[in-house]
Amino acid sequence: MRLINRRPDRSLWLILAVLPFLAVLIAYAAGSAIRLAENPADKLLPGLTAFADAIDRMALEPDKRTGDILLWVDTGTSLTRLVAGVTIAAAGGLLVGMLAGLLPLARAALSPFVTVVSMVPPLAVLPILFIVVGLGEASKITLIVIGVMPGLIRDLMLKIDDLPRQQLIKAQTLGANSWTIAIRVVLPQILPRLMDSIRLNLGPAWLFLISAEAIASESGLGYRIFLVRRYLAMDVILPYVAWITLLCFLMDWGLRAAQSRAFPWFDRARTGQ
Amino acid sequence: MTAISVKNVWKEYGEQVVLERINLEIAPRSFVALVGPSGCGKTTFLRMLLSEELPTRGEITIDGVLLSPEPGPDRGVVFQRYSVFPHLTVLGNVMLGAELRGSRLLGRLFGDARRQARDDAAALLDAVGLSHALDKYPAQLSGGMQQRLALAQALIARPKVLLLDEPFGALDPGIRADVHKLMRQLWHQHPMSVVMVTHDLSEAFHLATRVIAFDRTRTLPEERLRYGACITNDIDVWPKRVAGQPDFGRDPAHLPRRDDPALDLGHPDRDDPADAA
Repeated sequence: MRLINRRPDRSLWLILAVLPFLAVLIAYAAGSAIRLAENPADKLLPGLTAFADAIDRMALEPDKRTGDILLWVDTGTSLTRLVAGVTIAAAGGLLVGMLAGLLPLARAALSPFVTVVSMVPPLAVLPILFIVVGLGEASKITLIVIGVMPGLIRDLMLKIDDLPRQQLIKAQTLGANSWTIAIRVVLPQILPRLMDSIRLNLGPAWLFLISAEAIASESGLGYRIFLVRRYLAMDVILPYVAWITLLCFLMDWGLRAAQSRAFPWFDRARTGQ
Repeated sequence: MTAISVKNVWKEYGEQVVLERINLEIAPRSFVALVGPSGCGKTTFLRMLLSEELPTRGEITIDGVLLSPEPGPDRGVVFQRYSVFPHLTVLGNVMLGAELRGSRLLGRLFGDARRQARDDAAALLDAVGLSHALDKYPAQLSGGMQQRLALAQALIARPKVLLLDEPFGALDPGIRADVHKLMRQLWHQHPMSVVMVTHDLSEAFHLATRVIAFDRTRTLPEERLRYGACITNDIDVWPKRVAGQPDFGRDPAHLPRRDDPALDLGHPDRDDPADAA
């Protein structure tokens, strides 16, 4: 049988899916054991007990200096920034994307501008943001918005272009005006695609958040891992990275679930074509 | 009653002449089929009737009024694909017309108006044979059912002219025959003219009252750019079909037998009109 025709059954699929995770874990455990055997105080590849201690210290016990439980405080501030940034970017992206995607006049005015703006590396703008809006929350949220919104706008414009031209004609023959076409024909079809787009942009959003927190902040997940880096505290950094990954994964999964709940027609239409 | 009048219409894309010297008078309640080889401009002509494209020269009027430069509710349309909205249920697709016209601000109806629109839509869906699928999404329907839905959706807006762009081209033969039957029935029942583009000649003669063929008459390589297609044949389908009247011509009881004269001469025992006179 040709390789392209060989499909794993359910149990083989599970084994194959778990395999790379297992391989990384074993490699880490082996490396850690070798280094710890040579030097029990090694900080680079701490063992499982070190992780347990660090997680206990960060996630369960209040910090001696501030009295806060650090992991939760960090998570709270980071998520607030991220959600605020992504929400603003999505709302703005939807508005501008719909305008530029539907109205040729708006497209003429916006499309070249958005294309150029999307080429500006967001991190290069970060110093300007720190100078203009200060070191507070606003600069971090703005960085996420600047980093994510142009991509969302361009993506939505392309997706509106992809809607069959026949649909817009059809809506006009049913008596729609530009506004009702926007809210009854285009918006409901664009929202699930916007959610796809947000899912793809979660990675960049976290990137901008952690960069901003690393450079100037007093709390947040990114701030913490860059702070403890000074003490080579791999026992804290690695669980934090795993935690950020888990949060990101859950957001992605949540958006996916919300999408198929809110737009049951979308999957059918997508697989039907 | 809706008469369409096309006066000396040309369509050019830059240097390329696509259609030239199109003159056409379409009587009210006609069912006109446009046929011709691929690329002969029949779909372009339909798009001009729809105002999706504008003629380069000449004018098109409906009941003496110049076509508006953008599509509007006086002309309904069914395309081969993508005619229905994937995000609305079958019922929602058909109600949309009433909702869009009833509410300029929200595009939605509420209360009694909504109930009325729902009932109208359900009745029309019953007539096209979709009453069992009101809450399904278009992606769950077969191709034939989708086209039935598209017809219902277009008809609920009561268009004066229904434009069909190869609407049955993608259907299986058996399903196509069913939808043809429905199409003829709808044409009889609704006060509208129909213009249909098709590449299927038998379909054209099967449904239409008049078949119009587009073709290029100048096909030398050096002529292709500057000469477009024009109307090469204009055939009244015989026996005559009249909207709203039963199709006696095709009823087996009334069809002439094989050796009979094509026309009823009023002398059942004679087949020789000269002698009868």
